Amino acid sequence: MKTPLKAIITFIGPSIILLLIFMLIPIIVSLTLSFTDFNVFAIYNWSNASFIGFQNYINLMKDPLFWRALLNTLYALVVAMPLTIILALSFAALINREATYFKNFFKVSFYLPSITNTVAIAIVWSWMLNPDYGLINWFLGLLGIKGPNWLGDPAWAMPSVIMLVVWKAVGYNIILFIAGLQNIPDYLYEAAELDGASRFQQFLHVTIPSLRPTIFFVTVMTIIGYLQLFEEPYMLTGGGPLDSTLSIVLYLYRQGFRFFKLGYASSIAFVLFIMIFALTFIQMKVGKNIEA
Amino acid sequence: MRKVKVSPIEQIVVHLILIIWLLISVIPFAWMLSTSFKGPGEIFIFPPRWIPKNPTLKNYKDLFQQMNFGRPFLNSVVVSLSTTFLSVLLATMAGYGFAKFNFKNKNTLFLLVLGTVMVPGQITMIPVFLLLTKLSLLNTYWGLILPAIANAFNIFFMRQFISGIPDELIEAAKMDGANEGWIFFKVIIPLSKPAMAAITIFTFTGSWNNFLWPLIIATDESMYTLPVAVSVLGGQYTENIAMQMAGSVIVILPLIIVFLFTQKYFIKGITFTGLKG
Repeated sequence: MKTPLKAIITFIGPSIILLLIFMLIPIIVSLTLSFTDFNVFAIYNWSNASFIGFQNYINLMKDPLFWRALLNTLYALVVAMPLTIILALSFAALINREATYFKNFFKVSFYLPSITNTVAIAIVWSWMLNPDYGLINWFLGLLGIKGPNWLGDPAWAMPSVIMLVVWKAVGYNIILFIAGLQNIPDYLYEAAELDGASRFQQFLHVTIPSLRPTIFFVTVMTIIGYLQLFEEPYMLTGGGPLDSTLSIVLYLYRQGFRFFKLGYASSIAFVLFIMIFALTFIQMKVGKNIEA
Repeated sequence: MRKVKVSPIEQIVVHLILIIWLLISVIPFAWMLSTSFKGPGEIFIFPPRWIPKNPTLKNYKDLFQQMNFGRPFLNSVVVSLSTTFLSVLLATMAGYGFAKFNFKNKNTLFLLVLGTVMVPGQITMIPVFLLLTKLSLLNTYWGLILPAIANAFNIFFMRQFISGIPDELIEAAKMDGANEGWIFFKVIIPLSKPAMAAITIFTFTGSWNNFLWPLIIATDESMYTLPVAVSVLGGQYTENIAMQMAGSVIVILPLIIVFLFTQKYFIKGITFTGLKG
C-alpha cells in the first residue's frame, strides 16, 4: 500500500531539506567557490568575487605552507595511526581475556579520554607538558631523564600533539576491537589448540585474520579522522613553533577565517574532501571484499 | 566457554599493563581537578603536589564572576539540548519513514541521505558560513543549531532500529483507522526508546564538544559556547592556569557524569557503527 504523500513530506521532508541545505548543496558551492577569488570584500557583496579558473589550485601547489601542512598532517597520521591501532588492539585483547578481572571497569575508564572535550583536555595537557612545572617532565626527571621543551621545540611539538591524539583515540577503538573479538567463534581457537598452537600463535593466526574487517574499518576511520586534525594543534601550539604542527584543517581555518580568503580556503577544503572521499570509496569497495 | 589455564605471572603482568594504561587514562583528569582547587602560591610548587594544602574555590568563583562563564555555560546548555531534541525527533521521523513507508525512489533517497555521513564538516563550513551571514544568523542560537539538526548517522541508526519493529503492529493500528502520525506517537516512539536514548547521548556529547563550528559562527563573546570560552581562556598567560583548569572541569564534568550513567548505550552505539561500517 502506498503511503500518502502528505505523510512522506511531513516525516522525511524536514530532514531531506536540511541535509540539502547544509550538506549537499554546500559541496557544490564549495567547489564553485574554489574557482573564485572570494575574499573579505565579497562576504557582504558577493558580486565582488570573480571566477579565476584553476588559479587557487595552481597557487596551492606552489604554496610552501600548504605543503608543510600536508606533510605535517601525514607525519601525524603515519605515527599516530599504527600507534592507535596497536595499542587499542592490544588492550582490547587483554581486556577480552577470560581470566581478566574488572573488564567493564577497565573498558569504561579507558573510554574516558575519548568522550572528553578536546579543547578542555588539551589545556590540561599543555599544562602537563610545561617544561618546568609539568607533570610529564617531573615524571621523566624521576627516571633521570631531562624532558624536552615539548611544545616550544619544533622537533617535539608534533610528538606532543600525537601523544594527545593517540591518548584520546585509543579508548574508542578498544570498544570496536572488543566487539570484533567477541564475534570470533570459539571453535577456531579450539582447533588451533588441538594443533598445538601456543597462545601467541593463536593470536597471530586466528585472532588477527578473523579481525581483518574490524582492523580495516578502524584503519580507514582513523586515517579519515587524523586527516582532519585541528583541535589538538590549535589548542596546544596554534600550529607552531615554526609551523611544525600546522595541519591541513588548521591552515584551512587560518586562510578562511583569519584572512577570509574563502575562495582559496575552499580549494584546500576540496583537496581534503577528495582525499577523504577516495578513502571512503576504498573502504566501501575493499571492505566488502574482506568481509566476503 | 573455553577454559584456558593461565599462570599467575601472566595474570600479574596483564593486570599491571592494564593498570598502567588506566593511570595514563585518568591522571590528566585527576591533575586537572587537583590544580583547579589550588591557590596562586601552590601551582608552581615542584615536585607537584597532588592534594592541595589549602584548597580554594576561588578559581571557580573568578571564572563565573570575572570571566562571566555563566553565559557560555547557558549557551552550551541551550544549544546542545535544542540540537539534540530536534535532531533526535527529526531522525526518528525520517527513520520511521525510510523503514516503514512505501513510495517510489525510497531507496535512492535513502542512499542520498547515507552519502552525507561521509561529508566532512570542513567542506560545508565555508558555504554554510556564507549562508548564515546572508541570513543574519551569525551569533544567534539558530545559527548554531540549524546546521547540526539533520544528522545522517542518526537517521540511519533509527531506520535500522525501526526496521526491526514488526509490520503487524503497524498494520493492526491501520486496521483500527490510525494514520501515520498516530502510529508514530503511539507505536513507533514507545518501541524505539532504546535507540532514541543512544542517539540522544551521542548527539548531546557531539554538540557539547563541538568546537570548529561555534568558533566560526559565534564570534561575539556573548554567544561563545563553553569550548570556545575555554579556548580563549587557554590563550591567556600562565598565571591563570588554575582558572584554566577550573574552566576545563566545567566543560568535562557534565560529559563524564552523562557518560557514567549511560555507558551501556554508548558502548552499544559504538559497536553498532563499527559492525555496520
